Amino acid sequence: MHTPDYRYYVESYLMNPLIAIEHIGRTVVKGIEELGFATVLLVQAVFWIFVGSFKKQPVRVSAVFLQMMQIGVAAVPIVAILSFAVGIMLAIQGIHTLRVFGAERQVVYGIALSVVREFGPLITGILVAGRTGSALAARIGTMRVSQEVDALKVMGINPVRYLVSPVLVAMLIMLPSLTFLANLAGLFGGAVFSVAELGMSFTAYADRCYSILTTDDLAQGLIKSLVFAVIIALVGVTNGFRVTGGAEGVGRSTTRSVVLSISFIVIADMIFTYFLNR
Amino acid sequence: MIRVSDLVTHYGERKILDGLDLTVFEGEILVIMGGSGSGKSTLLNHLLGLLTPTSGTIELLGMDFTHASAGNKQLLRRYMGMAFQNGALFSSMTLAENIQLPMREHTNLPQSTMDILTQMKLEVVNLGGFENLMPSELSGGMIKRAALARAIALDPELLFFDEPSAGLDPIVAAELDQLILRLRDGLQMTMVVVTHELDSAFTIADRIVVLDKGKIVFNGSVEAIRECPHETVVALINRQPQEQNQADSDAFIERLLN
Repeated sequence: MHTPDYRYYVESYLMNPLIAIEHIGRTVVKGIEELGFATVLLVQAVFWIFVGSFKKQPVRVSAVFLQMMQIGVAAVPIVAILSFAVGIMLAIQGIHTLRVFGAERQVVYGIALSVVREFGPLITGILVAGRTGSALAARIGTMRVSQEVDALKVMGINPVRYLVSPVLVAMLIMLPSLTFLANLAGLFGGAVFSVAELGMSFTAYADRCYSILTTDDLAQGLIKSLVFAVIIALVGVTNGFRVTGGAEGVGRSTTRSVVLSISFIVIADMIFTYFLNR
Repeated sequence: MIRVSDLVTHYGERKILDGLDLTVFEGEILVIMGGSGSGKSTLLNHLLGLLTPTSGTIELLGMDFTHASAGNKQLLRRYMGMAFQNGALFSSMTLAENIQLPMREHTNLPQSTMDILTQMKLEVVNLGGFENLMPSELSGGMIKRAALARAIALDPELLFFDEPSAGLDPIVAAELDQLILRLRDGLQMTMVVVTHELDSAFTIADRIVVLDKGKIVFNGSVEAIRECPHETVVALINRQPQEQNQADSDAFIERLLN
């Protein structure tokens, strides 16, 4: 299906502005349809997790562990390294700004709260969205195109139980774990720079972190990571199942999956941060 | 074995199948033929339960498949096998894992038994020894045979094929035909084959059904099809291209300039 390029839209809007309203209407309808599809997938995936064993379609533990390896364990190096880097950057910027007030030693406050409440979950979410969001859409999309999903159905294997449920469970376990790792790496990065620049000791830094951070801070971050987990999983599988048009379709849906996941993560982050801090 | 009653189905507004009645008897090989767009792939998808019809019923192995519950459908699938046109082998698994997947899902056999059964199925299709290859490492003929091995993994009573010989060289296609006949004789399977390869169809078919624009226009034996007077059947059998209407030259020029 050839999607018309922007010139078609611009020309038709200039000819008749009402067409713009029609296009907006259609886009909204398509968006709602996709949201409905994603919700159905979520409900079915949860259903199979709890009821699968009783209906002879168990969600296999080995499948969950395989996904956990791919989603979580394989992402450990990059999450650790990038969170460490973010920690250093927060320290640099924080110290630079607080110097104005002569309050550099208070930078630990800023680093600890920013990393644990915001940057840990956000960076982890974006990284996993890029890695796993694309992998999910590509894998399921390719399976759709090559009739592998049909083959599953013909064998009596429910595709949602086989493809979506293990991913959902694995994400819900791995993303908070990775977020916790990101928190530690970020705090450590901040420590390295603060110790080097301000001459405080590691122990003093750690002590300050420990006294500043509350359970509530950590909980906020981890709850957000659970929400991000569901977003990434659902956006990935929805785009995968709705692939049309062969190899190019798979490419488009992979890109869309990553962009949408990251967008929804940031928006959800904003909404949750607002409501958790009222 | 299979009884289709008054099957009607649509894609959106377009009627694809129009009041089809079809019976497949136990132990026979039924070949479904038809031109492109005649609805034969759609019919196959309905028989497999991948699509729901607008109206009509499909009865498989004694069960009303169209109105059966999901649990009953899943029980029935153990007795059906399907070899897809492009194999549809799971590309992330080896050949052995592909064949063992239906076994894992429908039985509680120990791993050693499954391994032996896998070897047996691979030997039947002449792919013994290739169990650790990935689907991407197989040639076209090997993929078709591997798909067949997976379809017979649980010794189904009912076997479906979608274009088994398409894209194969004549020798490999002939070997596949012989394999299909041996499976029917050796394992008493009932088979439904969708194909438009005339040579294969005449070799393996007990009965041929020809579809045209969603209706059955011929239903009979290999000998009878050569006598059939229906124009679509004659064109199909004799590979006659359809007459293009003589283009009105003015209309043609108009189409070119528009």
